[in-house]
Amino acid sequence: MRYRLTTAAFAAGVVFGAVGSASATDLEVTHWWTSGGEAAAVAELAKAFDATGNKWIDGAIAGSGDIARPIMISRITGGDPMGATQFNHGRQAEELVQAGLMRDFTELAEKEGWTKFIHPKSLLDGCTLDGKIYCVPVNIHSQQWLWLSNKAFADAGVAVPKNWDEFVAAAPALEKAGVVPLAIGQQPWQTTLAFQVILVALAGPETFQKVFGDKDATLAAGAEMAKVFAAADQARNMSAKSNVQEWNQATSLVINGKAGGQIMGDWAQGEFQVAGQVAGKDYTCLPGLGVNEIISTGGDAFYFPKQTDPEKAKAQEALASVMLSPATQVAFNLKKGSLPVRGDVDLNAANDCMKKGLEILAKGNIIPAPDQLMSADGVTQVNDLFVEFFANKELSAADAQKRFAEIIAAAD
Amino acid sequence: MTPMYQGRPSRLFRNLNAKIASIPMILTALVIFVGGTAWTVFYSFTNSKLLPRASFVGLEQYERLWATPRWLTAVENIAIYGVCTLVFSLVIGFLLAALMDQKIRFENTFRTIFLYPFALSFIVTGLAWQWILNPNFGIQQVVRNLGWTSFTFDPLYDADIVIYGILIAGLWQGTGLIMCLMLAGLRGIDADIWKAARVDGIPTWKTYVFIVIPMMRPVLVTTLVIIASGIVKVYDLVVAQTSGGPGIASEVPAKYVYNYMFLAQNLGQGFAASTMMLLSVVIVVVPWAYLEFGGKRRHG
Repeated sequence: MRYRLTTAAFAAGVVFGAVGSASATDLEVTHWWTSGGEAAAVAELAKAFDATGNKWIDGAIAGSGDIARPIMISRITGGDPMGATQFNHGRQAEELVQAGLMRDFTELAEKEGWTKFIHPKSLLDGCTLDGKIYCVPVNIHSQQWLWLSNKAFADAGVAVPKNWDEFVAAAPALEKAGVVPLAIGQQPWQTTLAFQVILVALAGPETFQKVFGDKDATLAAGAEMAKVFAAADQARNMSAKSNVQEWNQATSLVINGKAGGQIMGDWAQGEFQVAGQVAGKDYTCLPGLGVNEIISTGGDAFYFPKQTDPEKAKAQEALASVMLSPATQVAFNLKKGSLPVRGDVDLNAANDCMKKGLEILAKGNIIPAPDQLMSADGVTQVNDLFVEFFANKELSAADAQKRFAEIIAAAD
Repeated sequence: MTPMYQGRPSRLFRNLNAKIASIPMILTALVIFVGGTAWTVFYSFTNSKLLPRASFVGLEQYERLWATPRWLTAVENIAIYGVCTLVFSLVIGFLLAALMDQKIRFENTFRTIFLYPFALSFIVTGLAWQWILNPNFGIQQVVRNLGWTSFTFDPLYDADIVIYGILIAGLWQGTGLIMCLMLAGLRGIDADIWKAARVDGIPTWKTYVFIVIPMMRPVLVTTLVIIASGIVKVYDLVVAQTSGGPGIASEVPAKYVYNYMFLAQNLGQGFAASTMMLLSVVIVVVPWAYLEFGGKRRHG
């Protein structure tokens, strides 16, 4: 009896397997989008791809990009490439491209005219190496946002600040009311993000470009940056009591009014939406800390490892063009809470904060994301410095600046 | 009369079957362990980034490594963690084993209880202790709820003592095994020795310290090796409990290696760090192996 059951199960497996392989080309796509909103956004991509007659095999890797990227890279270098994979566009996959492991999409890009509609141009620059295009940007995420809890400020009896200085001035009142002024998760990238946002807002985009782009160590050690480090020191004092790890835990402190504010990218918006909060009424967003209204244009892109099977290569092309089609861009980005990479699509359903972002984007007040300017090695060292700075009160702003300048001098 | 052979068969061909059978293992050891190690050391002198590249930079990676505050913190942490783990797990393990050896009731039950944590992985141990030591949910809150409202116990959030918070979890997980090894060693001591010591009127504690422990030397050496290898590779416990925080206060070398090899995409730096870890193991193991095996040959 038992034997028969196994045989039946085996036979069924063979039949299903045969059916599966008989249909259109399967393409495995790896990514690290696993939270509720992210998974919904990925489903839009999969739906659009399946409509082209191919089949999207979802290869989600749980955890953050920090966990997923090593797995993806070792699969590609180990000779078991997936059909397509997510990276943050910029320099994360640079060496894989140089080693000839990624597929060149210049031909398709020219045929479809990617350079004409992808906006801003820097997105495609991040995908380009030696004049050839190797990836498909799918969205724009910006980091330069200060999210404020209107309830926390009402409890403390002060007006909701309109810029960073007002926020710092309101901190004592918040503390008196038992509210943590600034929530920062203790993971390394979050502390670096806070610092970079302060840098862009207070010292301006040129300084940011020179320090992270041109690796100008003299400027990094100079008086202009000393002001930024002093502000980071204030931020450190304001966030002293926020004992949370994950960014969304910090966001939920803001949502509950237990923290005054959080410096975080526009992906935090998804959390406010899930909690049913309304921009302007329950929470306030200040792009560029309300000082310099500038956003960075990092984001996600898909890379296509070289395939030997011509069927798969054809499916890769289909996926690349479907990802950039106007309909997919709108459906995907609305779910994801990010901005589309096309300047020519209509986002009526966007909320107030997203519209602010689109406006800044339209004005062209943009800077590249650090991932696009600096290698992963340099980014990791900067992360190490700031996670230590925000946790260790004994590390003075001046010493941290000295170490920062050393890292910048040695970085590539 | 001893029969004379036409010349002794070569030592190489004695037990030929056994030797052929062990070839796969020998190859594995040579190619994977020795070969992999040599490869790693070799590439630690290059500036390899994401992919290994044979462009040499001399000792640059090592100079950078020893100038990095995160690595120095990691080395300091592993030293504290290592010494404390060694001392405490040996002492506690032996005391528990000695107590077990007093012909107590329900010995099986106690043994199971003490060994149980060892069945958990470091990840699970780390997560469990992360909750227990969390000031908002764990011990601190429980004591505060009992009425002592100023009680503070949050090792994982205090940079100065965070490594001890990790140590507690490590000891909780590992001591049971040490106890079992010790107990096996104690049971291996001939009962006649105890009787003789009692006839001579030697107090129990003296019998333990001067007679039993020296006789347990082989068990102690095994235990030492098991503890030491656990110390060098500690990684998952830290990741689960603090992920290196607060700040970089609980970083360990293995985590540095992983982060720089895969996250920072700087293989050269990661290899340099792992070579330093290898070096520390060699410094400990070689003199010990020399004493242990060199000594035996003299006696044998």
